[in-house]
Amino acid sequence: MNIAVLSGKGGTGKTTVALSLAVSGGNFQYVDCDVEEPNGYLFLKPDIKHRVDVEVFNPVIDSGLCDLCGICSETCQFDALAVMKEGVMVFEKLCHSCGACMLACPKNAIGRKKRRIGVIEADEDRLFVQGRIDVGEPISVPVIRELKKYYREDVPVIIDSAPGAGCGVVETLDMADYGILVTEPTPFGLYDLNIAVGLLRKLSKKFGVVINKSQDDVNIIDDYCKKEGIEILMRIPFSEEIAGNYSRGILPVDQDQMLRGKFVHLWEKLEERVNL
Amino acid sequence: MKICVTAQGNTVESQLDPRFGRCAYFCIADTETGDTEFIQNNPGGGGAGVAAGQLMINKDIKALITGNLGPNATQVLGATDIALYRGVMKSVAENIAEFKNNSLSSINDIGPSHAGLKGGRNR
Repeated sequence: MNIAVLSGKGGTGKTTVALSLAVSGGNFQYVDCDVEEPNGYLFLKPDIKHRVDVEVFNPVIDSGLCDLCGICSETCQFDALAVMKEGVMVFEKLCHSCGACMLACPKNAIGRKKRRIGVIEADEDRLFVQGRIDVGEPISVPVIRELKKYYREDVPVIIDSAPGAGCGVVETLDMADYGILVTEPTPFGLYDLNIAVGLLRKLSKKFGVVINKSQDDVNIIDDYCKKEGIEILMRIPFSEEIAGNYSRGILPVDQDQMLRGKFVHLWEKLEERVNL
Repeated sequence: MKICVTAQGNTVESQLDPRFGRCAYFCIADTETGDTEFIQNNPGGGGAGVAAGQLMINKDIKALITGNLGPNATQVLGATDIALYRGVMKSVAENIAEFKNNSLSSINDIGPSHAGLKGGRNR
């Protein structure tokens, strides 16, 4: 069972929910797909034993064979190649490693070279796995694609997604059985939630909403979910204490047994929803 | 001589578009004949500066009049002998006239990446 925890807006509490859920059940695997800033390790404190570089390939032009015809530049869907009068300029950070330029080149003048863009880190049992993209690298998808190879089938997998609804989130959702959308009752939270809901529907994923920082008198998320027919899975109250503890590396479920009970109940719901 | 002015519309009365890679139109003008051609720009999510730079090379442009160039566009154009000029926030026609009068200043600083891209970073 692969449960992805995501949100449109950043800072709504994805990691809080993902980790609280993880530690409130039995065995679990935690996979941090928020590769630009993975932070689950701060709470789970894994002993990292396994490190593997994530590499992509980029085109290399053989200037002896290239006749500057320009077909590679026309073929590239990402505008990563510029054909000048004297040679071809490759923009590695725009390249998506699709290989189309290599196939299109009539002179077979394009080879490939590997380039590291990030790293996968895991503990001994691979129950904790995280991806980390190198500073300055713009494309996170290859790191997330690599993380998916580590998913275990014998325990529930909790996947901590990046915020937003971009390519990295799409890749994260690929093997997910269910999406937990964490949001907050603010206009920003609602706006980005709506975008994330659109994505999950497009990908035909089952999903429900967790309202974090919930306040009794603010109901914009409730109204939206009612209108859209989306299940509200649980609420986490707005609390300075939760935020304070979190900033010291303490999960709210380690302080609040009531809240832990809610997460235990959430597990039951998830098992039911996934198996529907 | 063929020059290019980045434009917000497809007539010479249109205002200069200060973005290069993400301008609305490229106006390609022949300074001898006075002919103009407008090319609509359809930039993708990334690489707009590279694509626009490639267009300048393919169209054999000798001088470019625009607002700001990002790092990728600067890298492409810097490797060519295309002259780069900072346009004024007036019409395309007025920019061409000022270019002919030699009153435009040249561009020698680099703008931030994605400056002409609306929206957040989570594409």
